[in-house]
Amino acid sequence: MSAPAAASRRRSSPWRAFLRDREGMSGLIVLTLFGLVAIFASLLADPAGLEVTKADGPLAAAPSWDYPLGTDHAGRSVLTMVIHGSQVTLLVGLAATVISMLLGTLIGIASGHFSGLFGGALNRFTEWFLVIPYLPLAIVLATVFPPDVPKLIAVIIVIGVTSWSGTARLVRAQTMAIEARPYLERARALGGGHWHQMSRHVLPNVMPLVLANTTLTVSIAIIAETTLSFLGLGDPLRVSWGRVLDEAYALGAIDRGAWWWVLGPGVAVVLVVRAFNMCGRALERILDPRLEGRS
Amino acid sequence: MNGEQRAPQAQPDSGTQARVPHARTAGAPGLLEIRDLRVSYRDRGVPLPAVRGVDLTLAAGETLGLAGESGCGKSTLAGAMLRLLPGNAEVSGEILLNGSDVLKMSWGQLRAVRWNEASIVFQGAMHALNPVRSVGRQIAEAILLHAPKASAATARKQVGELLEQVGVPAWRAESYPHELSGGQKQRVMIAMALACSPQLIIADEPTTALDVMVQAQVLTLLKQLVQERGVGLILISHDLSVLASTCDRVAVMYAGRIVEQGPGHRLFADAAHPYAQALAAAFPVIGDMASRRAPRGLPGDPPDPRELGGGCAFAPRCPVAVAECVEYDIRLRTVDTERSAACVHVGVSA
Amino acid sequence: MTGPSSGAGAVTRRPSRLPSPLFVLRKLGSALLMLAFVVVVNFFLFRVLPGDPAKAFAPRGRNADPEALRELRERLGLNDHWTVAFGKYVESVLSGDLGVSFSQHAEVTDVIMERLWPTVLLSGTALVIAAVLGVWLGARAGWRQGSRFDKLSSNAAVTFYSMPEWLLGLVLLVFLNRYGIFPTRGMNDPRSTLPAWLDVLWHMVLPVTVLAVVYVAEYSLIMRSSILDERRADYLTTARAKGLRDDLVMRRHAMPNALLPSMTLFFLSMGFVVAGAITVETVFSWPGLGRLTYDALRGPDIPLLQGLFLVFSAGVIIMNLVADLLMPVLDPRVRAS
Repeated sequence: MSAPAAASRRRSSPWRAFLRDREGMSGLIVLTLFGLVAIFASLLADPAGLEVTKADGPLAAAPSWDYPLGTDHAGRSVLTMVIHGSQVTLLVGLAATVISMLLGTLIGIASGHFSGLFGGALNRFTEWFLVIPYLPLAIVLATVFPPDVPKLIAVIIVIGVTSWSGTARLVRAQTMAIEARPYLERARALGGGHWHQMSRHVLPNVMPLVLANTTLTVSIAIIAETTLSFLGLGDPLRVSWGRVLDEAYALGAIDRGAWWWVLGPGVAVVLVVRAFNMCGRALERILDPRLEGRS
Repeated sequence: MNGEQRAPQAQPDSGTQARVPHARTAGAPGLLEIRDLRVSYRDRGVPLPAVRGVDLTLAAGETLGLAGESGCGKSTLAGAMLRLLPGNAEVSGEILLNGSDVLKMSWGQLRAVRWNEASIVFQGAMHALNPVRSVGRQIAEAILLHAPKASAATARKQVGELLEQVGVPAWRAESYPHELSGGQKQRVMIAMALACSPQLIIADEPTTALDVMVQAQVLTLLKQLVQERGVGLILISHDLSVLASTCDRVAVMYAGRIVEQGPGHRLFADAAHPYAQALAAAFPVIGDMASRRAPRGLPGDPPDPRELGGGCAFAPRCPVAVAECVEYDIRLRTVDTERSAACVHVGVSA
Repeated sequence: MTGPSSGAGAVTRRPSRLPSPLFVLRKLGSALLMLAFVVVVNFFLFRVLPGDPAKAFAPRGRNADPEALRELRERLGLNDHWTVAFGKYVESVLSGDLGVSFSQHAEVTDVIMERLWPTVLLSGTALVIAAVLGVWLGARAGWRQGSRFDKLSSNAAVTFYSMPEWLLGLVLLVFLNRYGIFPTRGMNDPRSTLPAWLDVLWHMVLPVTVLAVVYVAEYSLIMRSSILDERRADYLTTARAKGLRDDLVMRRHAMPNALLPSMTLFFLSMGFVVAGAITVETVFSWPGLGRLTYDALRGPDIPLLQGLFLVFSAGVIIMNLVADLLMPVLDPRVRAS
């Protein structure tokens, strides 16, 4: 009996609903903070502090007033590295997500729209990428990537190419649901071409779903970036959170018990990934009425 | 056990209007007595009334029909009798089952009463059966729960007998719900309701999703089993014609209230309340071709529970409403010895 | 014909609880197709290596030796047309020959077989623990949605879910290493006085904990959402009406229904499990396939990487096949469709 009331209240703009969502808003605030840190990194910490030769702090020292997150084996401030590392981590995460979303949306819509051999093949292709473990595939791709491509770009492409399948599956299901609706029948009857149908009718209806999925994909992409960096497949010339952690592991943070070396970048990774997940969950709740009543 | 020995039973003093004597066929003590039952669902702090003061009585072996549109509160009433309503439901009043108030029972007492004293026949054709357990196990579960000393073998034997009684082959006990037809699932549901030999069975829209032939079979079965075992039955349906042919007594509900009560056949043929008249007219009389060709519907929708004012809830849709209807809350009035209706016109004409 | 044990007719009419042969064949075919695609990708990816692929396949320092390179080129079929080379590759894969690892100086197949068992032991243990705990936690949280328990466990789950497995391992190590309670590297200690199996178990404590915590986070979130989907189902009202206690309503009725969709998702997240195995084995120097991958990357030992990719993919494909075949046995509804 309360269904119509709840529905009408829910029909207000999604943005308003997001503002009211406590989980989503806390995620957004954390992300804004990290975004500002990344943009103003050079103002917050002198980039010179990233160079081993110019570092002047004590070696592998615990946090102090001068070095709030401690120093690494070469005397660099961990805080400086975390601040500058946010640039690469966020950039790779976002850029890889763009590739992933483009691939996922395109392949998803096409495999949902075209029946027959082409659609079937695309669907198989998606399923294959869904099943194949992403990390071994990413490792293989990163190893065989042409060495003349900058490592940063290579990592972005590798992550983008290995993470689109989940989106494609979602978009495909949504596309098939939309194509069953009467107005698409009409568009077909009026002789609307494939491109017309897909771009005018399917795409606008799929977009909200893609949007909610994007934030979840960013969190996956950031985990992938740090993991690849940790395995030594990242850009060796740029500092990222994953690389700081790789160095901490490889250069003896464990034996020294230098917890601060791991904790700073580690907490940064978890905070950002969690914030993206929180936003994604909030968006899912708002855009998918089926999930109503979940927390 | 039976706290109430009065017969004919006096209505509790809830309405300002006349008391209604019930024409009971026998002087049997009340199996079920509902007094001024009110249920409202809390939606974001706002209570939405679903049942607004219902009084009902049922004797052992008696069959009572409960009719009304969807949303009139009849399913809420059914759920309230075993306290199965969701957490946001607020219930007040009294529900005396064999003299003890269901609403005041502890959870332990309540669990012992559920299915053992009163069971419910849900819409088995839909999703009331667990899809991943065999129907036999689901029936046996009820038996073993209320007769903990029964062995698994006894329970299995009993399940077979129950299924045979409702016309389902015993080997079907091993089937899963999706392997059965709608009618068979409904029969299984009835077998399950009989499993612990309760004194009261509440059948909530037991035939709604079935086709007409199967509907008739299921109803006949239900009626026959109830008669054989002397069980009290409350049959809930939106279909007045079904109730009229099956039940001793029928109550018509509208917006959370009973608006008319009386013997089934009379209510269907010559209802006193304009809503009951409309409901009766909405179903074709079997054999009457004229009514089949021109079924009369009722314009408008049931009222929004938030917008119920002080007057008669049916007034906005009522073809014979007068000024008084909007102002005064009209409770049940005596029509004749066996009937009562909540309408201003009743007192006048009778 | 009264009583539950009916006549001969019942036996023949009783529906089979096993999936149909056609269903099995279809799933088997689909798995084989996926495996075939892995082989194709594996061949072509490494063949499009820039420059002279032979150099990539040759050990560092030895790729200046023209005689050795010529021999390698011959072995890899780089002189043949790609169709011929592909045929040879498929043939050797089918016969179990995955080439020679130069970092390990041994046949790739032998190296992998030797390291397979520790990985299965580690990941398998973590998976079993995580599945049981995750299902329990998720079901309890979902059943009492909004309760303290739910809020606490969901928050913890989202946090651990947001954490790469190896990071949790690294944090644990950096704090615990100095206390020396649990061994932090390897699978056994030659100096240990414990019986061999207990020593291995002792070494498993930390890596299994790390893997299990992260997998539990994932599984409990999946299970919670499945329980939420079932929570308002009509058959649960029936179960309550029968007089069942609330926890029995959940255990006997809601859980079996919620488990089935969860299972599919558990198996779909096998790729996530593999990623965990690779990185956590690396952090704890566990002598399994994951640590082997990390070591192979240092070369890079291309033949070994190729073989590992094949084995990881095959493992996940086989797990998915098992799940597909198990589904109809567990879920009567899948049997029907």
